[in-house]
Amino acid sequence: MKILVGYKRVVDYNVRIQVKPDGSGVITDGVKLSANPFDDIALEEALRLRDKGLATEVVVVTMGSADSQAHIRNGLAMGANRAIHVVTDAAIQPLTAARAFLKLIEKEQPGLVLMGKQAIDDDASQTGQMLATLWGRPQATFASAIAIEGGTARVTREVDAGLETLDVDLPAVISVDLRLNEPRFIKLPDIMKAKSKPMETVALADLGIEPADHLSVSLYAPPAKRSKGVMVKDVAELVAALKNKGLVS
Amino acid sequence: MSRALIIAEHLNGRLNSATARCVSCATAFNAASIDVLVLSDAPQAVAEQAAKLSGVAKVICVQNAANGHAIAQVLAPQIADIAKAYTHVFGPSTTFGKDLMPCIAALLGVAQVSDLMSVESSHSFKRPIYAGNAIITVNAPADRTVVATVRTASWPAAGMDGSAAIETASVSAELPTHTRFVSLQQGKSDRPDLQSASKVVSGGRALGSAENFAVVYSLADKLGAAVGASRAAVDAGYVPNELQVGQTGKIISPDLYIAAGISGAIQHLTGIKDAGTIVAINKDSEAPIFEVADFGLVGDLFQILPELEKAL
Repeated sequence: MKILVGYKRVVDYNVRIQVKPDGSGVITDGVKLSANPFDDIALEEALRLRDKGLATEVVVVTMGSADSQAHIRNGLAMGANRAIHVVTDAAIQPLTAARAFLKLIEKEQPGLVLMGKQAIDDDASQTGQMLATLWGRPQATFASAIAIEGGTARVTREVDAGLETLDVDLPAVISVDLRLNEPRFIKLPDIMKAKSKPMETVALADLGIEPADHLSVSLYAPPAKRSKGVMVKDVAELVAALKNKGLVS
Repeated sequence: MSRALIIAEHLNGRLNSATARCVSCATAFNAASIDVLVLSDAPQAVAEQAAKLSGVAKVICVQNAANGHAIAQVLAPQIADIAKAYTHVFGPSTTFGKDLMPCIAALLGVAQVSDLMSVESSHSFKRPIYAGNAIITVNAPADRTVVATVRTASWPAAGMDGSAAIETASVSAELPTHTRFVSLQQGKSDRPDLQSASKVVSGGRALGSAENFAVVYSLADKLGAAVGASRAAVDAGYVPNELQVGQTGKIISPDLYIAAGISGAIQHLTGIKDAGTIVAINKDSEAPIFEVADFGLVGDLFQILPELEKAL
């Protein structure tokens, strides 16, 4: 079985995001870029399935600008067999990404597609679900456990009510949550090895899809700040303050 | 004229309050009509609850044994069929809505607006990106259906003085059988639901163990509050994952939020910034949680929480 892994490059999760003063975007010049943390978890899971003999090949898929190559090499260094880079300079929206991904699926015929439950830049949480829909295959979102047996994946999902378990026929799209695994660290020799792994590039425009970037953004603004409150010295003062606000009786 | 369709979220015959918050969002842009769609194997009880929501014109039921559990790929083609008569299709940005709504958008061939937090007009909305560190104004094309998830913490629940008509619809969509529900393991609790509670007491890593979380539960019970936790406390196994508050957990807006032993990572603050009043209790006076707290108290939570419980 071949596994395709969505592997997006985003602003590193430790970067404090600043909105540009003119409201035209967020400052991304010179900030550290990393793999979307959820996608790292997806890739780790794919590698573990391969280690268990349940998959034969792990292919990372990145859609992004031409300078995404160092990021893609990281995915290869982590252990993916090869990479597909869909080159696009413009930021694409989830429906476009899903349509492009479907084109790759038609060619690659994977048994499983893994990706993060959301990317930490646009926080959309859409691409996996849209892809499963367009593909006409099952989806299991927010996975915290995956067990594959024969042609079925038993997936535990983190839902608001607790933990839901679904059986999905393969091929399927599974989006992964935080607690599925802890991604491995990349070792130096693996970075060297990754340089010789195959990386295929294809221009988004050459995939022959109808772009669906329907949404436009007219303003970026910093969030409303909560003002700093007061420090109370003890429980009695706290209780008095809460009573004063009518929050406790 | 805007016609809004709200997808009802429900479990075990009970309508989730997130649905009432979606109705508020639809009223914010003066939709000419707001209908609620209930898909279930037995929709009647849920439909009756939805019919009471203020501002709802009608409740549409789609009854099908396949709708016994909310499987996105089963529900989506049925909703897409009905959605053709609407300009807006909304669901809550709960795990139910996040799972389902993009499937509807994909079937309709439209983009989805996620986590709608305010309405500028019928096709212009504000939503958070980068874990709430930036708020963008998003414009959707006027000639396409708007599919959106509604950030429930940003909206009050609609009132309950409505009396909408309840109708039954049948859809001809072919439903897949490739996905099968196995089980739902729910935390058993008599406490209020974390997502809709007016008061929440949360504990963090400083609790140190599952046993020590008893001080949090005890205070919560005194207050009639729900219990929440930081990601660190969940990852450490002190409490089950469904109690996690924050960017990747639940985003909540209680009237009162008490954070005990939570340092206040940005991802946690994202989940509580719509709370009415935030109380922070932490032994580290430099903890970032104090930057957003209305009332801060520096000290040992194992002394303060029982003392607070006694004083209430």
